Amino acid sequence: MPFVNWLKRHLVVIAGLLTLAYLLLPNVVVTVFSFNKPKGRFNYEWQQFSTDAWKDPCGVADLCGSLSISLQIAFWATLGATLLGTLIAFALVRYRFRARGAVNSLIFLPMAMPEVVMAASLLTLFLNLGAQLGFWTILIAHIMFCLSFVVTAVKARVMSMDPRLEQAAQDLYAGPVQTFLRVTLPIAAPGIAAGALLAFALSFDDFIITNFNAGSTVTFPMFVWGSAQRGTPVQINVIGTAMFLLAVLFVLTSMVVGSRRSRKTS
Amino acid sequence: MTTLTEAPPPLAPAASEPKPQRRRGRWTPYWLLLPGILWLLVFFALPMIYQASTSVQTGSLEEGYKVTWHFATYWDALSEYWPQFLRSVAYAAAATVLCLVLGYPLAYLIAFRAGRWRNLIMILVIAPFFTSFLIRTLAWKTILADGGPVVGALNTLHVLDVTNWLGWTAGDRVLATPLAVVCGLTYNFLPFMILPLYTSLERIDGRLHEAAGDLYARPVTTFRKVTFPLSMPGVVSGTLLTFIPAAGDYVNAELLGSTDTRMIGNVIQTQFLRILDYPTAAALSFILMAAILLMVTFYIRGSGTEDLV
Repeated sequence: MPFVNWLKRHLVVIAGLLTLAYLLLPNVVVTVFSFNKPKGRFNYEWQQFSTDAWKDPCGVADLCGSLSISLQIAFWATLGATLLGTLIAFALVRYRFRARGAVNSLIFLPMAMPEVVMAASLLTLFLNLGAQLGFWTILIAHIMFCLSFVVTAVKARVMSMDPRLEQAAQDLYAGPVQTFLRVTLPIAAPGIAAGALLAFALSFDDFIITNFNAGSTVTFPMFVWGSAQRGTPVQINVIGTAMFLLAVLFVLTSMVVGSRRSRKTS
Repeated sequence: MTTLTEAPPPLAPAASEPKPQRRRGRWTPYWLLLPGILWLLVFFALPMIYQASTSVQTGSLEEGYKVTWHFATYWDALSEYWPQFLRSVAYAAAATVLCLVLGYPLAYLIAFRAGRWRNLIMILVIAPFFTSFLIRTLAWKTILADGGPVVGALNTLHVLDVTNWLGWTAGDRVLATPLAVVCGLTYNFLPFMILPLYTSLERIDGRLHEAAGDLYARPVTTFRKVTFPLSMPGVVSGTLLTFIPAAGDYVNAELLGSTDTRMIGNVIQTQFLRILDYPTAAALSFILMAAILLMVTFYIRGSGTEDLV
C-alpha cells in the first residue's frame, strides 16, 4: 500500500502544515475583507469587491490618530524597556551581588502574571496616587511589562558570549569604555535587537493593560475594540494587512542583508 | 529573521548560567540594576500591595474607601463568581491541550523536516503578531459565521451533533458558544506554544534519532523514548505561556462568546471599569493571581523542571 506508507512517512508534515493553515487563516480573511464593501456597519460578511478602503486608509475618524499614538507609545516603550532591560541583563550575567534570587524573581513574575491582574493593580496605584490617566500612564505600563522580556532575550545572548574577548581587548590596551563600545556591545547587539523587536510587538499590540490604564486616550487596539461594538470599518483590515506585509518585508530584508554580510565576512 | 528566532522563549531554561566573574567596582551591578528594578518595584510590586489593601477596604466611590480588614469580600466574590473561575480554568486547560496537540507537529516540522523552508515557516508563525490580535480574533467571527462554510461542513459531518451533546455548541451555531471561545484562545496563544517547543526540539542532536533507529526502535518508539522526553523543557514553558494568559483573557470570551461563556477576566474588567466596585475587583484579581502562582509552582515541581525559573 504505497499511499498508506507515504501518508505514514509524511504524517508530521501534513499535521504541521494544517496547523500553519489554522494560524494563517484569519490573516487571509483579514486581507480578503480589506477589499470588501460591506452593506451595514460591520465588515463580517462578503458583499462585493472594492478598493475604496485601500485608497483612503485614514477615511475613518480617529483611526490614524490612534495608530499614531500606538506607534509613538511602542517606540518610547521599546527604547525605555530595552535600555533598562539591557542594563539589568548585564548586571545579572556579569556580576555577583546580593539579592540575586530576589531580582530574578522580580524579573520572572511579570511574565507569569495574567495581564488582567497587572492591569487592575496598576490602575489601583494610579487611582490612589490621583494620576491623570493617558499617554504617560500607558507608557509606564508598557515599559513595565516589556522589561522582563528584554532582560530574558539579552541575558541569553550575553551569557553565550566568550568573556576572553573582552580580556583580549583590555590586553590590547583598550579602556573600559572602548572595550564596551567596540567589543561587548557589537556582540550583544543581536540579543538587544531581538529584545527590542519583541518589546515593540508586545507594546504595539497590547490591549488588556492599555484598556485599564488609558483614560480617554485611544490606542489602535482600543480603537479596534471600540469598533467591534460600534461597527468595524474596512480600514481596520487595511491597516492590519499592511502591518502584516511590512513585518514580513522587514524580516525578509534583514535576512537577506544578514546573509550577505555573513558571506562577506567569511 | 535571525533576530526573532534567536529570541529565547521567555521561560527558557536558564540553568547553565556561567559563574559571574569578579570585576572592579563593588557598586557597579547595583547601579546597573537600579533604574529597571526601581521601575518594576514601583509599577509592578507596589501596585500588588495597593491591590491587596484595596481588596480589604469598604466604602463607596462618593465617601471614599477605608481599610476595614473586610475579608468577607473574598468570600462573597468567590461564592458569586466561582463558575467563572472554573470556566476560566477549564477553557484555558482545553486551549493549552489543543495548542500542544496542534503546535507540536508544526514545531517538529520546523525543527527537523522543513529544510530550506525553515525560516519562511518561522516568519509565517510570527508575522501574524503584527496584525493586531483583536483584528484577527474578529476574523474568526467571519470564519465561524452562522451558515458559513465551516459551520456547514461541521453540520454535514455531524460534528456539531457530538459537540451539541457535549454542551460545547448550541443548535446550528458555533459562535457565542464555548467551542468558539476555546478555538479563539487556542488560536491566539498557539505561537507561544510553538516557539518554546521549537527551541527545545532544535537543540536535540539528530544523531540521537539515528542511534535509536540503529537500535531497531520504530519511529513511534523513538519519539516516545527520545524526542518527547528531551523536549520536556519546551513542553513545560509552552504550556505555561499558553495557560497563564489564557486563564486571564477576556477578549476571546467577549468577542466570540456570549454571557454564558464569561470568564473571570470579563468579571474583573466589568467590576473594575463599569461597576466600579474596586474591592470586589481587587479581591477577584488577587484570587486569580494566587491560584495561578500556586498552579504554576506545583506544575513546575511536578514536572521536575525547577531550574526553569
